[in-house]
Amino acid sequence: MVADLRRCVGCQTCTAACKHANSTPPGVQWRRVLDMEVGEYPDVQRAFVPVGCMHCADPPCMHVCPSTATRQRADGIVTIDYDLCIGCAYCAVACPYQARYKTDDPSFAYGEAMPSEQQGFDARRIGVATKCTFCAERIDAGLAQGMVPGIDPDATPACVNSCIAKALHFGDAEDPASNVSQLLAENQHFRMHEELGTEPGFYYLWDKRR
Amino acid sequence: MSYGPKPWLQAHWDLRAAGNFILGGTGTGLLLAAALAGPAAWRWPLAAGMALIAAGLGAVWLEIGRKLRAINVLFNARTSWMAREAYVAVLVFGLGLAALALGRAPLAQAAALAALGFVYCQGRILFAAKGIPAWRTRGVVALIVATALAEGGGLLFAAAVWVVRPLPTSWLVALALALFARGAAWSRYRSRLGAGAARLALEASGRILLYAGTAAPLALLTIGLLLPGLAPGADFLAGLAALAAGWRLKFVLLRRAAYNQGFSLPELPVRGGR
Repeated sequence: MVADLRRCVGCQTCTAACKHANSTPPGVQWRRVLDMEVGEYPDVQRAFVPVGCMHCADPPCMHVCPSTATRQRADGIVTIDYDLCIGCAYCAVACPYQARYKTDDPSFAYGEAMPSEQQGFDARRIGVATKCTFCAERIDAGLAQGMVPGIDPDATPACVNSCIAKALHFGDAEDPASNVSQLLAENQHFRMHEELGTEPGFYYLWDKRR
Repeated sequence: MSYGPKPWLQAHWDLRAAGNFILGGTGTGLLLAAALAGPAAWRWPLAAGMALIAAGLGAVWLEIGRKLRAINVLFNARTSWMAREAYVAVLVFGLGLAALALGRAPLAQAAALAALGFVYCQGRILFAAKGIPAWRTRGVVALIVATALAEGGGLLFAAAVWVVRPLPTSWLVALALALFARGAAWSRYRSRLGAGAARLALEASGRILLYAGTAAPLALLTIGLLLPGLAPGADFLAGLAALAAGWRLKFVLLRRAAYNQGFSLPELPVRGGR
């Protein structure tokens, strides 16, 4: 995933799209956009920063998980097996990005479940850890039809599809010809809390290459 | 929803999880004290220590979201210190119960060794939590182990003072060494803890640990040695102070100092270039 911080306008459309696609309960937001104020008056700058699971190459959440519920797919996506997870939340305190949630009881936006919430409700998610999946089912379904994630919308995470400013991009960073590889080659970028050695799979573009 | 880069307290592990570290550590210390207590008085500290460890594990079991799947905690001993802690707990209870059933002190000593492994796992559980700077700081493992020894020794003193008189000098030396070790472990940990909210949260407890939990018990033990008539009261207070200071420090470490590192931007976006 690549987020172009120069383009993000903080509209939260991606957060709404994520909520819609994944039916997350109130208080659970797998994709968030931070509204950051950095600096002190008069040198203050505002930045909108999409965050969520960084799908780290060396994910601490997976290493600490006592039940093997958290795993890493061959394509790098970090997953949670809701049927194995015991809900100890060790992964949540091990994640440096506050990307994991645990909901102990069902909750709905207006008390009782609306029809859309009933449709998306998954009892397996109660009492266990949940987080962004990069819409893995959507990617898999698209790949099965020969589509390219990040290019074809039906094989691309909902947040990326919804972005009004083309700030979010998705693709195979190991393919030098991919859309995200080209963006990374053309622009200066960083990864958050890189010093922790988790090798996040989420890159932030901040300036053109000089 | 808006978050800045300012860290905030983790809300995933509450008092129930802290209880596992507090009771498990003290139980381990008591098991080690039992192993060193000699042939006359190893049974009750062993039983009490196992009860404390069981209570701690019970407390954390109450916190997990899927209680009936608790057995899954054993699935990932390859990388997870929580899974390893569970395996070692099984070993502690197996050896400890066998020691009590068979009346064999060497088995109690083996249980104490296993308990040392148990509390080491607890330290490593914290150290592996990369999301919480106060936990992932080098020195936290030594602190958790050392305070377990001091807490167990303290509890043994506070409890044994009524049934074992006079307390053997070897016990006094062992508690004093445990207190020194804990004080040194705290100082080492504190020196590695970066400036920030966690350090601020821990400072008061650290001072209490050094003054009320280390210096005061050592002074009381000395008074008990020099003035035998005052020894029962002094030893009791020394044990209690050693125990309470350790519990407070661990509670603060697990709850009040457990800030995440928030979010940070090493670079700010240069707008208008694209």
